[in-house]
Parts: sequence; structure tokens; C-alpha cells
Amino acid sequence: MIERRPLLSLITHGTLVLGAAIFAFPIWLAFVASTHTGREVNRGLSLLPGDRMWENYATVLGDGLSTAGAPPIGLMLFNSTVMALAIALGKIAISLLSTFAIVYFRFPFRVLAFWTIFITLMLPVEVRILPTFEVVADLGLLNSYAGLSIPLIASATATFLFRQFFMTVPDELAEAARIDGAGPMRFFRDILLPLSRTNLAALFVILFIYGWNQYLWPLLVTTDEGYYTVVMGIQRMANSGDQLPQWHLIMATAILAMLPPVAVIVAMQRLFVKGLVETEK
Amino acid sequence: MRTKNVTFKSPWLPYLLVAPQLLITAVFFLWPASQAIYQSVLRQDAFGLRTEFVGLANFRRLFADPLYFDAFVTTVVFSALVTGISMLAALVLAIMADRVLRGALAYRTLLIWPYAVAPAVAGVLWWFLFNPTIGLVAYALDVLGYEWNHFVDGTDAMALIVIAAAWRQVSYNFLFFLAGLQAIPRSLIEAAAIDGAGPLRRFLTIQLPLLSPTVFFLMVVNVVYAFFETFGIVHATTRGGPGNDTVILVYKVWRDAFEGLNLGASAAQSVVLMVIVIALTAIQFRFIERRVEY
Amino acid sequence: MAAIAIRDVTKTYGKLRVIHGVSLDVDDGAFIVIVGPSGCGKSSLLRMVAGLEPITAGEIAIGGRVVNGLEPRERNVAMVFQNYALYPHMSVFDNMAYGLKIAGLAKADIRARVERAAAMLQLQPYLARKPRELSGGQRQRVAMGRALVRDPDVFLFDEPLSNLDAKLRVQMRLEIRQLQRAVGTTALYVTHDQVEAMTLADRLVVMHNGVAEQVGTPMEVYRAPATTFVAGFIGSPSMTLLAASVAESGKGLALDGGGLVKPRDTALPEPGRRVLVGVRPEHLSAVSAPNADLELKVTAVEALGADTLAHGVLCGRNGAGATLVARLPGGTRIGPGETLPLAIAPGATHLFDAGTGRRIEPAGR
Repeated sequence: MIERRPLLSLITHGTLVLGAAIFAFPIWLAFVASTHTGREVNRGLSLLPGDRMWENYATVLGDGLSTAGAPPIGLMLFNSTVMALAIALGKIAISLLSTFAIVYFRFPFRVLAFWTIFITLMLPVEVRILPTFEVVADLGLLNSYAGLSIPLIASATATFLFRQFFMTVPDELAEAARIDGAGPMRFFRDILLPLSRTNLAALFVILFIYGWNQYLWPLLVTTDEGYYTVVMGIQRMANSGDQLPQWHLIMATAILAMLPPVAVIVAMQRLFVKGLVETEK
Repeated sequence: MRTKNVTFKSPWLPYLLVAPQLLITAVFFLWPASQAIYQSVLRQDAFGLRTEFVGLANFRRLFADPLYFDAFVTTVVFSALVTGISMLAALVLAIMADRVLRGALAYRTLLIWPYAVAPAVAGVLWWFLFNPTIGLVAYALDVLGYEWNHFVDGTDAMALIVIAAAWRQVSYNFLFFLAGLQAIPRSLIEAAAIDGAGPLRRFLTIQLPLLSPTVFFLMVVNVVYAFFETFGIVHATTRGGPGNDTVILVYKVWRDAFEGLNLGASAAQSVVLMVIVIALTAIQFRFIERRVEY
Repeated sequence: MAAIAIRDVTKTYGKLRVIHGVSLDVDDGAFIVIVGPSGCGKSSLLRMVAGLEPITAGEIAIGGRVVNGLEPRERNVAMVFQNYALYPHMSVFDNMAYGLKIAGLAKADIRARVERAAAMLQLQPYLARKPRELSGGQRQRVAMGRALVRDPDVFLFDEPLSNLDAKLRVQMRLEIRQLQRAVGTTALYVTHDQVEAMTLADRLVVMHNGVAEQVGTPMEVYRAPATTFVAGFIGSPSMTLLAASVAESGKGLALDGGGLVKPRDTALPEPGRRVLVGVRPEHLSAVSAPNADLELKVTAVEALGADTLAHGVLCGRNGAGATLVARLPGGTRIGPGETLPLAIAPGATHLFDAGTGRRIEPAGR
């Protein structure tokens, strides 16, 4: 800030505090609702937490909402974790390998391979819902962790990021490694991979959140409650038909559903910002 | 396309390395996409026993369908509102955060985390807040004399999903705006200040023009988000209702395929969506090329 | 340790030919410097010896074994890169040990070798550090150490000192030479710096446009440059070249700017031949006007301390109009605008064919 005008400062901080408050407001109310009894919530309007926090969270984690046909949230959280980890690690693994091939080798069909990967950018799940579902069904992958994750792990974004990074690695490092007697995979493992550490971590944060927040895909490929993820499972509670929604439990679930990705972002803020800004470049 | 000047040699290793990615791309992307195109020119009878080639009839029917047209308009309105609101709010916050010398990081932490909240969960949160009988916001509106009911009123329902979708996206836009503002050299702004420009004038004549690439980039990204990533919000809350007032294109593709079981129509819609994504991606990439030249 | 034989090696990139048939024999244990301006093909030649670039045509043999088709690791060479190419995530120890680990040496053996090399290079205190925590000179030493521990047949140096400041460069130059003498490994060293070339080399290869213009000891190359390019490239400031013809009398050189000079102790070719007359700045001395071969109208003076350089244009009887530099003793007092009578030292005139640029070795010498 160049000027030192108290009023301007006040407005600046005021706006930011107000913005942050508006952002946090729905979460606060969700948390408040999750600490009351169902009856209290349905009477409405409390701004302060109640005393039912442990009971409510224990209920959703352990039993789920039997009335809404949802399994225990504990299981759903586990499923979400498996799916998010599989997607993040899978995307990173296959993109790393293919990018390594595309950048460090010259081989026939190299450019074709690159464009094939590139095309995945233009074909999000949302535009090929039914045929993708059919493929997964034909492969017998419905209601499985493989079905939840494998179809989502092709990634042009990760390939782009790694390509950009590999191009900045000095050529002399590869030459020095060759002179030291390292073959391609040895170079990949001993030099390229350790040098990519920060990029890997940043990408992992982004992809973990991407995987955790998947909604349409789990909705399509899971009919068995045992494979529900928490983000798609929550809608079964909110839309529980004729019954009055059990808002205190739904909100407890919502808090649990957002806790892991929010924790990841806040804890790894620097990597997250780096990952986000660089993948979109 | 460039490679390294230094390359390794192996007759088979590169193929082995690209194989997993290409296999998954082929099985789960290229094949289904081609199937969607193929099915879009077929029609199945009610029992799924016979299919016949119908040319562009599915598309003709689609474009003649007033429901599809409505969904299109709904999507455009929805995208425009989400993009506009989330970008404007983010820009204001980013400008403020950029002005703050101390505590900028703390504000950033407070403002970025909603990005981690899944769209569907965001939808459920606001669904709860606006609930006509128990929601706090609905109650506040009632006090102010507005009777909110998204179960009955299409405009209320639309406002709800716009708010839920924009709320989450502000974080994303905020990060990019802040990064863009902080990339503007301090000396430029100081030079303008010495030239006698006040904060507002400096923003309009220096910062905003230099920020325009970011603005354009975010516009495309936000439209893509509103078009394709908001299925969860609609599906977890309004389910397209009341009536068809909040049916966006992505929701309609899904509903026609899995509830209407109308394969040809759904495939034709998939193809239309593909064309939209490809167009948006092309715009985005032209923009990236231009930015690379700087 | 091994001798290197390079026979008729050419290199083309696409249609561009960068090396036109270079041949060179390097004795076991010799220190050979390949010097030339950027783009002359010297680095490509080195990289072909290393195995980093395929050889388009010709043959390279190390220790009597043709290595054309071999991977770098099979050639038993070690290389020091211009930007050092240290692995940034590895400690100094690991950088030096990496090649040995790949070769499968025992841990104790690796440690012993690295420590010996570190001792030679005074790197012991830094073995646990990462490259980014080192100064430029220390990094340079680590790169040297990485080459040293391998105990290779050949050291390859690709402009290893060009990222260092002037003072450090002089110091490292001496160290490199000492080390190479101590271990006795054949070395091939590429540089564009003629001072490095002169001071380091047992023998010098001057390259220009993909051709080895001259191979010889530094003093051979300095005393009898084979071409006008070598003449201009080796020596600083550069040799002055004046266009002339051999006088019809056969007793002097008729300069194009007019006048006749009679170089002492220099045999002249047949009368009428077009030549370039080369004179090094250090072979000119200020004399009294009657004894002068040339007269210089001084335009600029650079006092370097030990020497004074006088830049100017020839005037008077001989060669008027040509530009020339003379290196005079440090104390010489002279200013721009003055006229300086100069004499050429006996036997210090070089003659080149005006058409081919090749040195003319008069018959009988």
C-alpha cells in the first residue's frame, strides 16, 4: 500500500474480514446444526453449538442413517480415501512414465501418443456418461475400487505439468548420468524423480481433492452401498423422500466429507497454490 | 513437438512407458467417445432389441425439443451468473488482499479453503441454509419480507444453485487474481503514484489492463466449471426442479440416459457437449499460446 | 589411460554439416586442447568422443578399440561439463560416488576412492553438502572429482572454466593441469579461450568451420600459424594482416596502400605473388623515423600497465590506410593524433597466400 490512509485501511480489512465471514458462515451453521438434536435443528435458528456433537458424529460414523438407506459414514470415508488416493497416485504414476517417454525418447508415433493423451482434456466424464458406464459394466468393474478409480486416472493435465518441468531440467544432467553409466530407468529413478519431488507433491494435493470430490462417477458405477463415497452418499440423505431430513446428521456428514480435503489444502497451502497455478498454465 | 536434445535410445522402452496411459485413454476415453458419436445416429426400440440407423434424426429432434432449448438457456444463464458473481467477488477480495501488507497469507488461508469443498457438499450446505422451514437465510429473508421457497419458485431454486456454485469458485478465482496482481511489478504502481494517480485510478489504468489475461483465462475456466462440474450441485439439491427450472445440460444428459433410458437422445446430447468442450479448450489454448509469446 | 585416434570424422545435423573430416591422434597421457570460436564444431567433436552424439562418418578409437557404436558407459570416459551438471539433490559425496555405485563397486571401495579424490581437490570438508551450498570454484572441483574417482581412460572437458570469474579461472587452470599430470590420464579439453589453450595444452588443435586448421604445440602454432584464421585467433591482440604483392625485384613486399617493406630474415616467394603480410603487435617497436618500416597515425591508446597498446592507421610511405595495433613497453608515452614510427622485428613477418589464406613456407626452410 502506498498511501497511509486509515479509512482506506479500514475498508480493506473490513472487506476481507466480511468476505472471510461470508465464506465461513455456511460451514459454521453446518457445524452448529451437527451438534444439536434433530428436533432442535428442525425448530430452527441456533447460532451456537449444542451439546450433542459426540453423539451425532458417533452415530453417523458408526451406524449411518439407516432410515435414509445410507451405510455408516466411516465406511464411506474409507471408500473416498481409497478412491482419492488411487486416482491421485495413479494419475501421477502413469503420467510420469508417459511424459518421461515423450520427452526423453525419440520414437515413431511419439507425437501421436502425445496428442492422444491431450485429447482426454476434451472428453470429461460428463460428455460421455453412458458409453463409459457401459465399458465399465462390460469389464465387470461396477461396484469395485478399480471401477471407481481407473477410468479417471488418464490425465493430460499431469502430463503437461511434467513435460513443462522435464523441459527445464538441464540436458547436462542426463548426459552426466549417461557418462556415469546410468541407463534411462536408472536416470529416471535416481535423478529425475527426486528432482520432481515438489511438483509431485503439488500435483498430489490437487489430484487428491479432485478425486475426493468426484460425484457423478461414483454415482454411476456404484449401486452397492459398500462402495459409496461420502460425497455422493450425502445426497441420499438430503433427498430422503417423504421423511423429514435428519439435518443434524446430514450436516455432521457434510462436515466429515469436507474435512479431509480442507485439511489437505490448509496444511499444504504453499504446494496447493503452486500446483493449481502451474497445472492451469 | 520438442524433445530434449539429449535422448535415450531403446527400441521398446518408450512404448512400454506410454502404454498404461494410452491404454486407459483408449478404453475409457476414445472408445466411449466414439460410441457416443456412433449411438447418436442410431435409434433403439423400446425393448432395446433392435437398433436402426437414423442419421441426424436424433439431433434434429433434440434441437426441435423445447425442453432441450430450455435446458440450454438455463445453462447459459447459470454459467453467466456463476462466472460473473464469483469473478467479481474474487476480484474485490484479491485487490484488498493485495493491498494488505501484513496478514495477506492469513487472509489467503481464510479464503481458499472452500475450493476443497465438493460442489455437491456445497449444494447441500446452502440447501440447508435456504431451507424454507428451518433455514436461517430463508428466515432472514422472511423477516425482510421475501418469502423464499426453492421447492416452488424456479427463480429461488436457480439463485440457490448459483450461490452454491459461485461460493466454491470464488476461492479459485481469488487465488489467480491475487497471483496476477502480485506479479505486477511494484515499481509500476509506485511510478503511477508519483505521477499523481490515486488508488482507484491506478487500478483502472495500470492493474486492470495488466490483469486482463488472467481475467480472460478465468472466464473460460469458470464457464467450463459451470457447464460441466456442477452436476453434483443440481443432483444433490434441486434435482432439476421445480419443474425443469434448474435442468442444466449435463444434468439432462444424465437424466435422459439413466432415468429416461433414451440412448439416442442422450448420445446426441453427449456429442453436442463434446463440441462445446472442444470449442472452449481451443479458445483456452489459443489464449495460452498468446501468453507464451510474452 | 589410453591413446585416442580420430579418423576422418564428420558430423551432420540434418543437412547441416558441422564437422568436415577431422583426424587427430592423441598420445596416451597427453593433454590436448581443442580451441576455436563458437560454432566451429569443437564441442560436437568432444561429444562424439564421449558417446553423447552419434558419429556420422569416420571412426573414433580409444585405446585401440573402435568406440563408434558404444554407449558412453562402455567407453570408460569421464566428462566435466561447462555448467558442471552436478546432481542438485545429491550431496557432494553422492555426486562423486554415483558412477561408482552404478558400476557396482563395493561400498568401502567407493568411500576410499571418493575420499582420495576429495583429498586431492581439498573437498573433504564439503562432502556432506549439496551443490547449491558451494561456491562456483568448489562446484568446479566436485565436477573434477566426479571425473577423477572413475579412474577413466580419458578425461573430457567441455569449457569447464567459462562460468568462473577471471581470478578463479587462472587458479583452476593451474590445478587442472597439475592434476592431469599427477594422474597421467589422457585429456581432451575444449575451450574458446586462447589463453587456456596456450597454457594447458601439450598440443593444440585449432578448429574453424568444422575443420582442424592446425595441430601442434602451443609455441609451434604461435610461431608458425598455418592459416590466416589461426594467425588471427591465437595471440592477443590479433596479428595484423596487410594485403601486398611480392615486389617484382623480389626484394621486398609492395603494400596495397603503397610503399615497399623489406622484412629482415624472411625469405620471399616468387615475385608478383599476392600475399597477406602478418605482423604481431608484440613484434613492432617504436624507433626513430629513419629506421621505420611503418608509420602509424595513433587513434587510440590503451595503457595496460605492463604494456601499452597503440591503435592507429598507417600513414606515410608504406601501406597507408590500413589499421594496425602495436604493443609497446608499459612506460611508453604517446597520445592520440601523434605519428609513431615502427620497426618490424627480424624474422617476425608471416606470409600467407592471399587466395587460400595458407601459410607460405618459402623453399629452403
